Amino acid sequence: MINKIVRTVDEAVSDIFDGATVMISGFGEAGSPIELIHALIDQGARNLTIVSNNTGSGHVGLAALIANRQVRKMICSFPRTANSKVFPELYKNGEIELELVPQGTLAERIRAGGAGIPAFYTPAAVNTPLAEGKETRMFGNHTYVMEYALKADFALVKCRVADRYGNLVYNKTARNFGPIMCTAAKHTIAQAAEIVDLGGIDPETVVTPGIFVNRVVHVANPAAESQLVAENRRYPW
Amino acid sequence: MVSNQLITGWEMYEVARLVALDIPDGSYVNLGIGIPELVADYVPEGREVIYHTENGLLGMGPAPESGTGDPELINAGKKCVTAIPGACFFHHADSFTMIRGGHIDYCILGSLQVSENGDLANWSTGEAGAIPAVGGAMDLVAGAKNIFIISQHNTKTGEAKIVKACSYPLTGKGVVNRIYTNLAVIDVTSAGLVVRKMAPGVTPDYLQQHTEATLHF
Repeated sequence: MINKIVRTVDEAVSDIFDGATVMISGFGEAGSPIELIHALIDQGARNLTIVSNNTGSGHVGLAALIANRQVRKMICSFPRTANSKVFPELYKNGEIELELVPQGTLAERIRAGGAGIPAFYTPAAVNTPLAEGKETRMFGNHTYVMEYALKADFALVKCRVADRYGNLVYNKTARNFGPIMCTAAKHTIAQAAEIVDLGGIDPETVVTPGIFVNRVVHVANPAAESQLVAENRRYPW
Repeated sequence: MVSNQLITGWEMYEVARLVALDIPDGSYVNLGIGIPELVADYVPEGREVIYHTENGLLGMGPAPESGTGDPELINAGKKCVTAIPGACFFHHADSFTMIRGGHIDYCILGSLQVSENGDLANWSTGEAGAIPAVGGAMDLVAGAKNIFIISQHNTKTGEAKIVKACSYPLTGKGVVNRIYTNLAVIDVTSAGLVVRKMAPGVTPDYLQQHTEATLHF
């Protein structure tokens, strides 16, 4: 019998190891799997490379993981947002690495990683500092820059509904990087606000097919990052 | 003749209206964060324009009433928005397939500098110690069919933003099609920058004095 459901967020992240590359879904707070990230803080794996569009806000979720000195390197497109304090400070002190990637290139590198494509050419960033030192090639009259696929040891994603096969449905713009990250990691861990019986998700509306998901954990009432930040909460509580 | 009198030209909402008038019915449009968002308020009656936001929504509607926002329904500026009837959600790789694949008709962006051959700098001043952040700007300028810039004509300290060559790091080379400022509407053409319209009171001499790049009238 296939049952990808694990009982707790702690169990879900228990084997994330020191030095692992971890993709974390989310665009700002939308889609950020805060409860899984907090479990990773409790678990304590260090020296992580994190692939995520932003670097978190306040002192919860991804920002708290960075503040806890568990992250060696961030691969992202936009490392500063309105309430991001933790990453900017460590970056200015040279205590964390940054690989800055245009957002569409970041998405395509993840997609390629999940699709078995080792590298690809894109027009984005040609003739800019972000293409410096990278291989370029002409196709027709245009120059393109080669970008490598991104893969990860683990992906942590947030969804709205899941079943025990790992089929996932997301919520509005919280979908963002979730579906592609599920495909690009060896071990994909999804937190779902609701778990339904098999057949409870119309096969026509499944967004992430269960083959891309290894573990599902039920987080009934996920916290809203902006609310925690507004309340000045810090993790660990 | 050099005049010291400062002409403020159009208000930015009037500039946004000029942009909106140039977007045809049925267009798919991506609006940058900040001033470009004003354009959505001035779509002429009878035109239907679909807004794309790169974080995964086609059919973005206006901001919700205060206090009713959903933190999982946001725009690229991470502000709460609404989804119009007929809207759809999708993941990031599909979103940038729309952008990079040439499916977005117009992208309206702000700028730090635009050069006379249409180079755009709008993501970094290259200042030492600053934290670089690029978001989707480089993909948008590489892929959208038309790139319109909406911006003040000069910086707050009076420096030119329309320049011979950008001194800030580029977002894209030769990507801008048209520039809308408080003083003028300027096309980027193979023959250089061609002025299409000037704000009331602005003369060709005045405009050229406030522009580093060479203008054609």
